[in-house]
Amino acid sequence: MSSTTPTAHTTTAATPLVIPTSAAMTWLMGTTALAMIVYYFIGVEQGATAIFNGAQVHEFVHDARHFLGFPCH
Amino acid sequence: MEKKLIFSGLLAGAVGGLTAWIFALLFAEPLIDRAIAYEDGRAAAQEALDRAAGFAIPAEEGGDVVSRGIQSTLGLGVGLFAFGLAMGALFAVTYAVCLGRTGQIRARPLALLVAAAGFVTVSLIPFIKYPANPPAASNDETVGDRASLFLLTLVIGVLVAVIATAVGQQLKLRLGTWNAALIAGAGFVAVIAIALLILPPLGHLDANVAATGAEHNTETPRALRDPDGTIVFPGFPADVLAEFRVYSVAAQALLWAVIGLVFAPLADRLLRSGQRPGVAPPQRETVGI
Ligand SMILES: [Zn+2]
Repeated sequence: MSSTTPTAHTTTAATPLVIPTSAAMTWLMGTTALAMIVYYFIGVEQGATAIFNGAQVHEFVHDARHFLGFPCH
Repeated sequence: MEKKLIFSGLLAGAVGGLTAWIFALLFAEPLIDRAIAYEDGRAAAQEALDRAAGFAIPAEEGGDVVSRGIQSTLGLGVGLFAFGLAMGALFAVTYAVCLGRTGQIRARPLALLVAAAGFVTVSLIPFIKYPANPPAASNDETVGDRASLFLLTLVIGVLVAVIATAVGQQLKLRLGTWNAALIAGAGFVAVIAIALLILPPLGHLDANVAATGAEHNTETPRALRDPDGTIVFPGFPADVLAEFRVYSVAAQALLWAVIGLVFAPLADRLLRSGQRPGVAPPQRETVGI
């Protein structure tokens, strides 16, 4: 089934066996990456390292950063 | 399925983050106020000492970029809410990976186990070695080292937890679930304990040894003394430090508990509906055909 040449009628029937796992991986990996970026901005940005100049991000989430145990001042 | 699980995780994380926000408003903010009062008092005492010694007093820096009023309410809330979302998302990913790979644990107990693993690896293990500090209880110069060490404890915890889980699954075939779980769990605790013992206490960081002249265990501010050795301002208040740390770890336990408890019934429903694809749709919907 999966080796049939893709034509207008067979593609939709032939691919579902393959797509779900890779699609699931994309969703799981993408979600993990986004969550880690959020984690970084709450916990580390404009502290130990900085992507943006200034202190707005650090100062805005400052109390949460301390309370969640991230190193600060 | 994975999209629905991730959505459920985000929902659980949102509820957990809001819960942590309310908790923090009640318990953390009064302590942060006391820590900032200490910071101001100590700065004034230091300035008086410097003035007496004839040092130039640096000009006052410009006011706060974000006001304390915003930091202690909205900023606190956005930070905890976003952290809750991020943890809910990571929780859902872990849950999805565990499904079908961790034996026959059912949907709801698995949610509680993954939440417990999240608490232990993300919150508890870093906390044991490098506990949360209120403002003014750390040395600014060591923030880079402290961030590296904090994240290192987290990475070690996650890696060892993954390995322990995989080993436990292998042992289960020979020893049964109970004994395999005990052995994998004991191995996890032993490896983590050794790793935490090897990692340096914050007081041993070069900048702290240079500043205090000795290898203290922590970098918590000690009493401020004048050139004669008389104490002119006390060390950081122990009660504020202790209470802040208790509430910090309690808030994270609360966050993970809420994530597990909100996610469990959602996952249970999702997996039940997914388990019976062959079941005919309810009667009412087929009537028109
Ligand atoms: Zn701070």
